[in-house]
Amino acid sequence: MLYESSPVAIAIFASFVLAVVGLSFWLGRKGQSAKGYYAAHGEIHWFINGIAFAGDYLSAASFLGICGMIAFHGFDGFLYSIGFLAGWIVALFVIAEPIKSLGKFTFADALDAKYNSRGIKLSVAISTLVVSIFYLIPQMVGAGDLIVPLLGLPHAVGVILVGIAVTLIVVTAGMVSTTWVQFIKGSLLVFFCGVLTSMILARGLTVNTGSLEPQTRSVTPEGRVLVDGEPQTRDHDLRPVGTLAALPERYGGATTTGPLGPLEYLSVLEDSRIVTWSGKKLTDASGSHTVYTPTERAGTDLLKPGGYFKGLTTGKLADKLDFASLMLALFCGTASLPHILIRYYTVKDAAAARKSTVVGIAAIGAFYVLTLFLGLGAMTSGALDPTSTNMAAPLLAKSFSNTLFAVISAIAFTTVLGTVSGLIMAGSGAVAHDLVENVLGIPMNDDEKVRCGKIAAVGLGIVAMALGILFRNFNVSFLVGWAFNIAASANLPALVMLLFWPRTTKEGIIAAVTVGMLASLTWILLSADTFEKVYGLSRDASPVPFSQPGLVTIPLGFIVLIVVSLLTKAEPKGKPA
Amino acid sequence: MANNSERGSDGPGRAARIGFGLFWIYVILYFGFIALVLFRPDILSSRPFGGVNLAIASGLGLIAAALLLSVVYMVACRVVESPRGERR
Repeated sequence: MLYESSPVAIAIFASFVLAVVGLSFWLGRKGQSAKGYYAAHGEIHWFINGIAFAGDYLSAASFLGICGMIAFHGFDGFLYSIGFLAGWIVALFVIAEPIKSLGKFTFADALDAKYNSRGIKLSVAISTLVVSIFYLIPQMVGAGDLIVPLLGLPHAVGVILVGIAVTLIVVTAGMVSTTWVQFIKGSLLVFFCGVLTSMILARGLTVNTGSLEPQTRSVTPEGRVLVDGEPQTRDHDLRPVGTLAALPERYGGATTTGPLGPLEYLSVLEDSRIVTWSGKKLTDASGSHTVYTPTERAGTDLLKPGGYFKGLTTGKLADKLDFASLMLALFCGTASLPHILIRYYTVKDAAAARKSTVVGIAAIGAFYVLTLFLGLGAMTSGALDPTSTNMAAPLLAKSFSNTLFAVISAIAFTTVLGTVSGLIMAGSGAVAHDLVENVLGIPMNDDEKVRCGKIAAVGLGIVAMALGILFRNFNVSFLVGWAFNIAASANLPALVMLLFWPRTTKEGIIAAVTVGMLASLTWILLSADTFEKVYGLSRDASPVPFSQPGLVTIPLGFIVLIVVSLLTKAEPKGKPA
Repeated sequence: MANNSERGSDGPGRAARIGFGLFWIYVILYFGFIALVLFRPDILSSRPFGGVNLAIASGLGLIAAALLLSVVYMVACRVVESPRGERR
């Protein structure tokens, strides 16, 4: 769909972004030490850190991706919410306190605390970079998606704007500015999603038949875009979709419910009939054509599992394993994400790490409950763009008012800023502290450590921009699933076994991180999803039985660590390796 | 390793043991739910509480359970780590 920008939207958006970047400059006005740049001096209050956890973690995937998935596919999008939150249980009960006690600036510090091994630092730094880059892609894609309707600019401009803003945030004051940006973003996101949910409930549900004629979007070999065979213009464009066809019988033919309570809203929706749209792509000599067709469905079908994960209803074993693998990766992945782990170094002690995790769980849990209402509200808002699942939440806001649309889009944009700045901080630490200083052994004074981190941040910002433009056609939740799989496969076995199995050796850790990372990465590159969506090949050509690797590669990481540790000799206690 | 931590290669402390217990409770809840999604989705379509089906009720319940267990853990750690608790 084509979008028209409004001056109010641009003004609200610009003030949000300028305020966030301005705050970073203000925080970064004093000179910095390496401890300040990488770990905010370890002086962040646990409550601030807890909300910053939410700001760090609630990425474009959570806000844009999950809402879009629920809006187009129903309950299955909520399974991502459940899995994303469950991962925090591993972080709180298993990882939080030990990692705080062991590390200094980076995740590699913690894994290497006992061994002082270059091999561990190298393998963990590389895995940190790989995970951070995979996580960066969906954030940048989401940023580009937001800019199109908000400012009327091309997708690539949104990606570049985020890249520049985030690089400025990280370079000005490192972890201090990153923390405050994440705190502000986390607070705004939860608050305004709460406001939007209240408005959805106050509006209730209304029957909106709309046109049910199929729509076709074509792209000719010359690059012209046609809608139903005519050139796409503002007056001749795809119609917005997502409507309620009928309310439950108990409403006696009424077309609107009036305000509803939260549980009542879910119950009425379940007994209603809803029109969802799906697209099918065809290619011929005249170009590629995507035909969007409506399907009227019972609410009970949309609010049960199986709308997106088709294997849950077909009974095919490989599809069931694919789903199980994703849910395992979401559970294990959170506590293995380097940009989440480095947040434990910004508080003063293990008790503060624990308390901030509990605050984070409360804020993140509240947000994920709201995603259910946002997604279902968008599903019946009559405002969805059939070409973009990622735009469901902002377009839901637009169905209320253009100002709310601008505010929600600006918050979504700061959502991307908060998460991307955390990822670039993690990557910058991996390059400067782990690779340059510890692996290459280049001695650096405090100023040089900070400068090296900033140069790495600029480099990562450029990589992030390029990837955001390349992967623009992916659903952002789907892409984040990959990052969780790699993080869980590469990092979790080493982290857990280091903490709880005394026989663990440095060789075991290096092997587990390397094998876990390479195995999950290779599996993803050979998966049916990648064959279809990245290479444009048939799904049947894929040599792996299902797309999500975690079910195989997470246990593989544990097995490799145990076998290699048993085959190698542990260093005597107290003696450096 | 982790001399200032309650857990580590020397074995978990009391707070860590409580954490493990709560962790396994959640593991059972979470993977029990996943098993239902995979093998008995018909149960999740039922509406035992009237309006909301079991799929949504369990999803919301898992989110609530995560918060409840984390608060229980925080309170338990405070008791265990207080001077009286440390004497055991």
